[in-house]
This record gives sequence, structure tokens and C-alpha cells, in this order.
Amino acid sequence: MTDKLIPDLEMNFQLYDVLHADKLCEHSKFEEHNKDTFSATLATAEKIATDLFLPHNHIADKNEPTFDGHKVTMIPEVQVAYNAFCEAGFIAGRYSFEDGGMQLPEVIMTAASAYFMAANPSTTSYPFLTSAAANVICHFASPALKQQFMPRMLTGEFTGTMALTEPHAGSSLADITTSAVKQADGSYRVKGSKIYISGGDHELSRNIVHLVLAKIPGGQPGVKGISLFVVPKYRLDENGDAGDRNDVQLAGLLHKLGYRGTTSTALTFGENDDCHGYLVGEEHHGLRYMFMMMNEARIGVGFGAAMIGYRGYQYSLEFARDRTQGRHADHSEPSKPAPIVLHGDVKRMLLAQKSYAEGGMALCMYGSHLIDRVNTCDDTEEKHALKEMLDLLTPVFKAWPSEFGPKANDLGIQVLGGSGYTREYYSEQFWRDNRLNPIHEGTNGIQALDLSFRKLWQKESLGLKILKREVEHDLSQVVTPKTGAMAKELVHYLTALHEIIVHVSGTIKSEKQVTLLANAQALMNVFAQIVVSWIWIRQASVAEQKLIAGNATEKEANFYKGKIQAAQYFISWELPTIDRDLKILKQDNDVCSDMDPDWF
Amino acid sequence: MKILVPVKRAVDYNVKVRVKPDNSGVDLNNVKMAINPFCEIAIEEAIRLKEKGVATEVVVVSIGDKACQEQIRTGLALGADRGIHIETNTGVVVDSLQVAKLLQKVVEAEKPDLVILGKQAIDSDNNQTGQMLAALTGMPQGTFASEVVVADGSVNVTREIDGGLQTVKLQLPAVVTTDLRLNEPRYASLPNIMKAKRKPIDVKPVADFGVDMTSKVTVIKVEAPAQRVGGVKVADVAELVQKLKNEAKVIA
Repeated sequence: MTDKLIPDLEMNFQLYDVLHADKLCEHSKFEEHNKDTFSATLATAEKIATDLFLPHNHIADKNEPTFDGHKVTMIPEVQVAYNAFCEAGFIAGRYSFEDGGMQLPEVIMTAASAYFMAANPSTTSYPFLTSAAANVICHFASPALKQQFMPRMLTGEFTGTMALTEPHAGSSLADITTSAVKQADGSYRVKGSKIYISGGDHELSRNIVHLVLAKIPGGQPGVKGISLFVVPKYRLDENGDAGDRNDVQLAGLLHKLGYRGTTSTALTFGENDDCHGYLVGEEHHGLRYMFMMMNEARIGVGFGAAMIGYRGYQYSLEFARDRTQGRHADHSEPSKPAPIVLHGDVKRMLLAQKSYAEGGMALCMYGSHLIDRVNTCDDTEEKHALKEMLDLLTPVFKAWPSEFGPKANDLGIQVLGGSGYTREYYSEQFWRDNRLNPIHEGTNGIQALDLSFRKLWQKESLGLKILKREVEHDLSQVVTPKTGAMAKELVHYLTALHEIIVHVSGTIKSEKQVTLLANAQALMNVFAQIVVSWIWIRQASVAEQKLIAGNATEKEANFYKGKIQAAQYFISWELPTIDRDLKILKQDNDVCSDMDPDWF
Repeated sequence: MKILVPVKRAVDYNVKVRVKPDNSGVDLNNVKMAINPFCEIAIEEAIRLKEKGVATEVVVVSIGDKACQEQIRTGLALGADRGIHIETNTGVVVDSLQVAKLLQKVVEAEKPDLVILGKQAIDSDNNQTGQMLAALTGMPQGTFASEVVVADGSVNVTREIDGGLQTVKLQLPAVVTTDLRLNEPRYASLPNIMKAKRKPIDVKPVADFGVDMTSKVTVIKVEAPAQRVGGVKVADVAELVQKLKNEAKVIA
């Protein structure tokens, strides 16, 4: 096992050298904080993750939660870890002081989550889902409803879920049939079935607060008729504590490929017509509320994917340093077997993993820092512009790391060879766990459509203009030779991106629009690979400047050289793969769209 | 009742240290540092005594360059009330005896009723400071504590010894050193990290203490433990017995 989940050099480099996160403390919102409070927060996160989350990651995978018809049972280590997470105040970390939180910047909360995601994504799900559900209640529920549920969720006494998907309606929420009928007392009676609800039942907390999407009869069809409800497992008693059982039943647990420690549930609401629900905000605005909170959740999914990728990378790197096979390629020491890390093809696989995992990590930390920039921007026009760029990049924050994180884990298995294919080693679990991420929180297909048909064009492409401004600014700062060469390569593809966007804007308005429905993934690929190349150049540029400054220790110098090498790998091996996608888009290639189902 | 808890900045227990090529010590460059785990247990015990209403104030003290304020700050985030930093120049090696002498001065100034220390630090594993401090101050000592009960001006310390457990009753003020099973330290919570920001740390240069800082200990050589060599498989019990008898010579 590696000593550390994430080396301090990496975390400090991302937070302070690349993002200058400490500068956020200059704003009144974060004036109570400084680098010391950030470091102490991360130290606690690292400690709890290492002591209490990491040791049972594999045990929880081998011992899935079970349901005996009455109660869900899981290994006791999960409860211990959950309690420590809550007691340390992590669920409330991002909330304001008034709401009982620590008012920590989003980028610091993301950095803290890195340790938990790398250590044990399954157990981490329970408090993360709670934090996300509390976030929706915080922003949109009436003060009374907020008061009833949020404080107990922020301490972890109550957990939360997001109950959106139904057996027949997943990506297509417009078709949900769960209903909610208003009662004389202002509450609603909810009836319907939900499926794949993570954390939908367990005994970790005294109550489970489901955020349920349902339709109020008489509303408009489609997404405009969807409302959002708080539906607790136990109704609250006069003290606000968990009281009588509400009519929410666990129909059964689902058995997943990975993330096996997290219960995935089928839930029935109102089987006995007595499921009490409480409206969040106004009727028929439910989907909007849910999606306004999705930016953070989507960055969270992307970041989690990057961190599982990172753990797999570190794991296979350590294996490659220890495992000996063959001899040195330069025929030095012919009598001694060489560690496989010396072999060219293994180096390639490790570099690919490094570029995916650290690229995804840097990308999502840029994203969460962007949320902080939006939140601390005092110039209305600039705030609006940054918000547009955040909107534009959100599908990339979700889709790119969740596509390339599992790819990293796949290469991790390959580095371990036969060992990687056995359950005696962890590599296969990393891959299974990570395979969820391209699917949930909006499939990557949906993300590509969101980017291609909506985000690139909204507000007259303001987001794109601001992104261009940011990229050009960063490239103009590049003064170092190696990074300069990479920047030149990127400029070539930026021109290609500009041309293809002009082309696609025509496609969308023509009868060829249908080809883009099938080719959206190509456009996502072009856009995302260029964005990640820029993210790598930002890292390489800082690393190269540090090396030129000349006061790095040997270990630091190796770290910086590794950053530059990984950036070069990405620019030379990965970025040019978009040539294929550019060609497909330029042709308005109709091979996929023209395929007839009967021809399969 | 006031409790003084000396803490040491040491290599994090998760780090696999590497011996420097010149065998002068271990390489601490860019290595993660933390509170010595036994000192963490000492802080925890002091805070528990405060939470029980036995103690009224917990003071954390550390000796070293500016960096050790991180560990004092952690102590404050865990629940201690204030900190004292005895500042040395970077790179100065402070041995157990110098530490004990400096702590003696702190004890004279602070007059704590109880000093709780870790039994040893995981870097040098000396297991000396607590005992030396007790001797220098004339306070009674209870080392390797697995239970600490304060009552009526004295403290009962249950000690882990080779033959089992031994309980000693010490008149306060006293020195207690902690063993691993005394308690399980808590984690610094986010709210307490924020509170710790406002707690004072009193920084005093080591020169103010009038202690002779010349080291009495010379490190001759630091070496990594011998690499473990692979074992052998034996065919049957008879071969095992034969090997134990003739090769390992552990049975006659």
C-alpha cells in the first residue's frame, strides 16, 4: 500500500500553486479562513479517511448490505466511519455560519472530499448524498421546512437521498408517474415507485429524508408538471425527532457491479395511501430546483471518478516499482530482473493513467474554484459571465473524468497483469466502482447532448467567450520552453475548435441536425480534450517555472518534471485523437444516425 | 486544575522513512510531519479530564522551529486552551535531557497540577523525557498509563508492565506518561479548527530559558533494518523440527 492517499505535494500544488486558493480569504465571505484553517481541515479529512474509510473499502465490497424484509444490515465499520465524518463537521462544511456550517470554499470542500473518495467511495456516498439533499432544501424550501430538516441533516442525524428515477423513467424524467395529492393541512400524499435510489434505506441515521420528484394532478404534462417533495422515512414528532413510520417501504436492494457498500434501492411510496410529503418551494418547479443544485453534484461525480482513477494509478505504480520481469532494455545488469516500471510500454500505461487522473483532479478543482469565483465576484457583469462559463463547463467536469477515470483503472489492471484480473488485488474493484460514474448524475450521452444543443449556445455563447478569454490569458502567460511548445500545439486545435463550432451552429439549424444527435459525443470529445489540454498546460507552466526558479528539493523537482512529462504525454498522445472527431463533425457524418434498428 | 501537555512534532506514522545515504539520519525532506501519536493520546486524556470537570485548563507546549506551531495548533483544535512555543533555530537537535530541562522551567512558571506526556516519540523511541522531567522537578511519576483517575489531590495511574497491570497512587502535582491503550484520540472537528484560530500561542525563544542546549548525545550511524529474506517451504513436520533444531537452533 502507498503511504498516502494523496501526497501533500500534489494537493498543495493544485490548491495553492495552480489555483491560489488562499487568495479567496481576501474576500469577506471567507475572511474567517486562512491557509492554516484550510490545511487543518484537510489534515482531519486525510486522517479520518486513512484511519476509518480506507481499511474497510475492500471488506465492504465483499460484504454487501443485506435486507431481511425488515431491516438493512451492513458491516459495522461503515457506521463508525459515518459518525466520525459527521462529528468532524464535514457535512456542514460548505454551509454558512448562520446555517451552522464552516463557510468553507467549495474548492477546499472538494479537496477534502478527495481523501474520502480515494479511500472508500461507497461509504462516502452516505454523507455526500446527505449534503447534496440538504443543499436543495437550504436553497428552495420554506423557512419552516428548512428548519425542520436541514439542521439535523447537517449534523448527520438524518441522512438524505435524491429520489428521481422510476422503473420506466430514468433519463426521461418528463415521464415520471409518482403522484402527490394536496391535503387539507397543506401536506401531500405521495404515491409511486422509485428505483436505483442510493442510500434509500439503511440504519446509519435516525431518519432518511428523501427528495422525491412527483407530479401534482392537473399540472402541465412533461417536465413543467414536476414538483419536488421532502418525504421522510419517519414523520417528525412534536420535538422534530424521528416519530411514526411514514409509508415509504424498501421493496428490495439492487446488486451492483461496484459501489457495493452503498445500498441501491427500489422504494415504494404510499402503498397504504399514507405517505406524507412536504412541498419544496412552489408547485411544478421541482425539476428546476433539482437541476440548479446539479452543478456541484456533477463536479462531485467527475471528481470522484478522477480520485478513484488516481488511487488505481498509485496502486499500479507501486506494483510496477516492485514487480520484476525481464531485463533492462539497455542491457545494463543482464543478470538482474528489472522492475517493470522501467519497461517502455508500462511507462506508457502509467503516464496515461497519470494524465487522466491528475488531469481530472485539476479539471474539477478548477471547476469548484470557479464556483467560489462566481460566489465571491462583486462585479455583476463579470459574475454573470463566470456563471455562464461554469454552466458551459459543467458537462465536461462530469463527463470527461468519468470517461477517463475508468480508462485509467482499466490500464491499472493491465499494469498488474494476471494479478490485476484477480480479486486478491484491488485494481478490479477500482474499475468496478468507477464504472458507475459515466452512468449516474446524467449519463455521459446526456452530457454530450447538453453541451452540443444547449450549453455552447446559451446567452449568445457568452460562456464560450469567457472560456476563450481564460485560455488565451493562460497561454499568454506561458514563458517557458517546454510548455511553450505545448501551447503552440493547443493553439492549432483552438482554431480547429472555433471552425467546428461555426460549422455545427449551421448543422443545428439545418435538416442535418439529426446527425448531431448521434455525433454529440464527438463534439464533447473535441471540446473536452481541448479543455483538459489547457488544464494540463496550466499545471506544466507552473511546474516549469518552479524548476527554473531553482530552489526545489530533489523530490519536488521530480514531482515538477513528472507534471511536465504528463502534460507532454497528454498533448502528444491524447489531444490529436480528436482529429477523427473533427472529421466526423465536419462531414455531418450520418453513419450512426442513418442506422436502422432493423439492420442490427 | 491545570494540565500541561508537552507535544512533539514527529514524522507521520504512515510515512515509510528512508535513511540518508550518508547514514547521518533519516530523510525528512518533504516528509509529512504530525503530532507524535503518544502525545496525541496525552492531549486526549487531558481534554477528557477537562470535559469531566476535573481539569479547568489544558496548556500545550512544544519545542522546535516555527513549524511545530502546526502541532500546537492541532492540539488547540483538539480542545486545549492555549499553547506555548519554545522556539529553536531550524535544524537544532534537542535531546531528551534538554527537553526535560526546558519543560522543568515551564513547570516552574505554569505550576500545573498534572503533566501528561507521551511515553516516547516514534522518531527516536527514547522513552526518557517524562522520567527525566519527574526527576528534575521532584514530582512523582506514573509511566505507561493505561488508565488515569484523579481524585482528592492525587492521581491513580494504572500502568502496563510486563507481568500485567500495576496501579500507583501519586500525590499531585505529578507526571504521567501515556501508553497506547489509554484512550483513542478524537479528530479535530471543523468547528474546533475555527475556534483554535483565536486561542493564543505564546512564543518564547529558547535562549530565554537559560538551559545549556549542547547535546550530550552523538549519533554515530543510522541504518535501515536488514531486509527480510524470503522463507522456505518445508515438506513435512519432521523437516521443520530438523530445521528448528539444527539451523535455527531454537529447540534442543
